[in-house]
Amino acid sequence: MIRSAFKKGPVFVAYLTIGDGGLDYSLESALALEKGGVDLLEIGIPFSDPVADGPVIQKAMQRALEGGTKLADTITFIERLRRHSQIPLVLFTYYNPVFQAGERFLQEARQAGADGILILDQPYEEAKQKILDQIFIVSPSTTSERLSKIAAKSQGFLYYVCQKGVTGVRQELPAFAFSDLKKIKNIARTPVVAGFGISERSMAQKVLRYADGFVVGSYFVQEMGKRASPDKLSQLAKAIDPRREL
Amino acid sequence: MAPLHELQKSWESAACDPLFLANLDRILREYAGRPTALTEVANFAGAIDGPRIFLKREDLLHTGAHKLNNALGQCLLAKQMGKTRIIAETGAGQHGVATATACAYLSLECVIYMGKVDMQRQMPNVQKMHLLGAQVISVENGSMTLKDAVNEALRDWSFSYENTHYCLGSALGPHPFPEMVAAFQSVIGKEAKQQLHNMTGNSPDLVVACVGGGSNAIGIFSAFLADPAVQLIGIEGGGKGKDLGEHAARFQGGKPGVFHGCHTYLLQNNDGQIAGTHSISAGLDYPAVGPQHADLFEKGRVHYTNAQDDEVLNAFRLLARTEGIIPALESSHALAYVAKVAKNFSKDKIILVNLSGRGEKDLPQLIERGLL
Repeated sequence: MIRSAFKKGPVFVAYLTIGDGGLDYSLESALALEKGGVDLLEIGIPFSDPVADGPVIQKAMQRALEGGTKLADTITFIERLRRHSQIPLVLFTYYNPVFQAGERFLQEARQAGADGILILDQPYEEAKQKILDQIFIVSPSTTSERLSKIAAKSQGFLYYVCQKGVTGVRQELPAFAFSDLKKIKNIARTPVVAGFGISERSMAQKVLRYADGFVVGSYFVQEMGKRASPDKLSQLAKAIDPRREL
Repeated sequence: MAPLHELQKSWESAACDPLFLANLDRILREYAGRPTALTEVANFAGAIDGPRIFLKREDLLHTGAHKLNNALGQCLLAKQMGKTRIIAETGAGQHGVATATACAYLSLECVIYMGKVDMQRQMPNVQKMHLLGAQVISVENGSMTLKDAVNEALRDWSFSYENTHYCLGSALGPHPFPEMVAAFQSVIGKEAKQQLHNMTGNSPDLVVACVGGGSNAIGIFSAFLADPAVQLIGIEGGGKGKDLGEHAARFQGGKPGVFHGCHTYLLQNNDGQIAGTHSISAGLDYPAVGPQHADLFEKGRVHYTNAQDDEVLNAFRLLARTEGIIPALESSHALAYVAKVAKNFSKDKIILVNLSGRGEKDLPQLIERGLL
C-alpha cells in the first residue's frame, strides 16, 4: 500500500496532528489535503511530551489533548477516513502510548486501515513489532554504519530528517541535506522521503532532485491551528506542490 | 543516536583512564571540598527516640548539594571531548548551579533550562546561576517544571550536539547517562562507608536517601548493594495526596514505560500520556525514576516508599532546631521517613542518611507561603 504511492513518481506526504480542532475537523482537513494533491498522510498521535517537535506541533498536541483526544480516537479517525479515502496512512507517534496500548492497538489500527508506523523515539535496534510496516528515520548525525542497517530494516520508505533539531517551519535547507540525500539514495532499498522544515514550494522542489518524496508538516499544522477551511488547505497544498504548474 | 554513541565511547575510555580519574579526584578535593563530613546527630536521634543516626553531609559540598560531583565529572569529560558549550536542565536549581559552577571553573559556555514554576520557587538559585555567568532559559511548556526543562534541553541538544554536551543532572535518560551519573556519584557511598567504619567499626543497618531521578540515592546505595545485611530505603515525593498529579511517587502510582530515552517506572495515564506531578520539593517533582532504581525495585534489593509534604516540613524544622543543620526539602524526605520509623530500632543500630543538599534555597518559598 505504501509502496504503491511511489509508483507514479515523486510523492507528496502531509502530516497532521489528530484531534487539534476536534476529530471532525481533522477528518475534513485530511480529505482536503488529499484533494490538494497529497499522496500519503502521516497521522500524528498527540503526546504530552513531544521532544522531537518544535513549538507548532507541540501546541497542536497540547490543544488536542486538552480537547479530550484519546489514543482510541486514532482508530476511530482511521475508520472514518477509510470510508472516503484509500490514501496510504502512516501513524506518526512517540513510543510510550504505543508501548502502553500494546500489540492490540497496532492490530486495531491495521484492521481500521493503517499501513505503516513511524515511532520517533524508538531506535531501530529496539523495534520488534511486525504488525505494521515500520518506517525508520535517519538524520544528519546518523553514521554510515547505522545508515546501512537502518536502510535495510525500514519498510515502505526511509525518512530522512533534512535538518538538525526538531520539526518546524524553516526558510531554507542546509547544504548538507543534498549530499546526505545523494548518499542515502545509494544505500536505500526503499524510496527515500525528506522531511522536517519544508514549508515552501522551492524547498520541496530542491529536495525532489534527490528524494522520492517530501513531507510538509508544521506548515499545515500551523494553518490547522488557525482552523483554516478545507478549501484553503487544498489550495495551500496545491501551491506548495512543485510537481504542479503554478 | 550518534551523540550518545560518541558520549558512550568517551565515557568508557575516561572511566578507566587514570589521568582523567586523578584529575577529577584532585578537583573534587581541592575545589569542591571532598571528602564531605559524616556527622552523628544525637540530638535529632533523641528527639525521635531513635538509634544512632549519621548524616552524610553532601550539603557541605561546594554549591550546597551532591549535584556538583556529577557536574564536574561530566563537564571535565565534555572538555576532553572538545565540546565548548554545556546545556543542562534543572528542577530545584541545584544541578543548574552546580553546572554553572563547573562551567565557570572549566571555562565553558553554559545554558540552563528551567521550568517557569521552578524559577519562581527557587529564585536564589536562578540568581546564583546568573552570577556564575550562565544563561537561564525559562521553560513555559506543559507543567513548567523539571520534565519540561528536560524536553527543552533535549530539543536544544538535537540541534547543537556538535559543539555541545548535555550535562544531564540525574541517573536518568538514555544510556550512558544513568551509568555515568551513578559512577560520578558513587564517591558519596565510598566515603560514607569508610567514614562510618572509622567512627563505629560497623556497617549501617539502614541507608536512607530521597529519590527524584535518584542520583544521590544510587550514589550512596552503590557502596552497600553487595552487602545484604544493609537495608536500603529510597524515599519519593509523596506530595499532598494519592491521586495522579498530586505526588511524585513512581513506585506507588506508576507503571513501566519509556520516557526520555529510558525504560523505567513512570507516572502516566492509561493512554501513556505522562502525568503531571506535585512535590513540595522541586528536585523530586519528576514523573520518571532512574532505571537503576526500577531494577533494584523489581529485584527487591531496595525498598521504596514516600513521604508527604507535611511530614517533610516537620522533619525539616526538627533537624534545623535540634542540630543546627538546615536540610534541603529533598533530603528532608529521607529524614521524614527516619523520624517515622526510628523508634522501632534498638538503640545500638545505625541509620545512615544521605543529606543530599542544604535548605537555604528553599527558605524564600517557605517564608512566602507562611510554612516556617
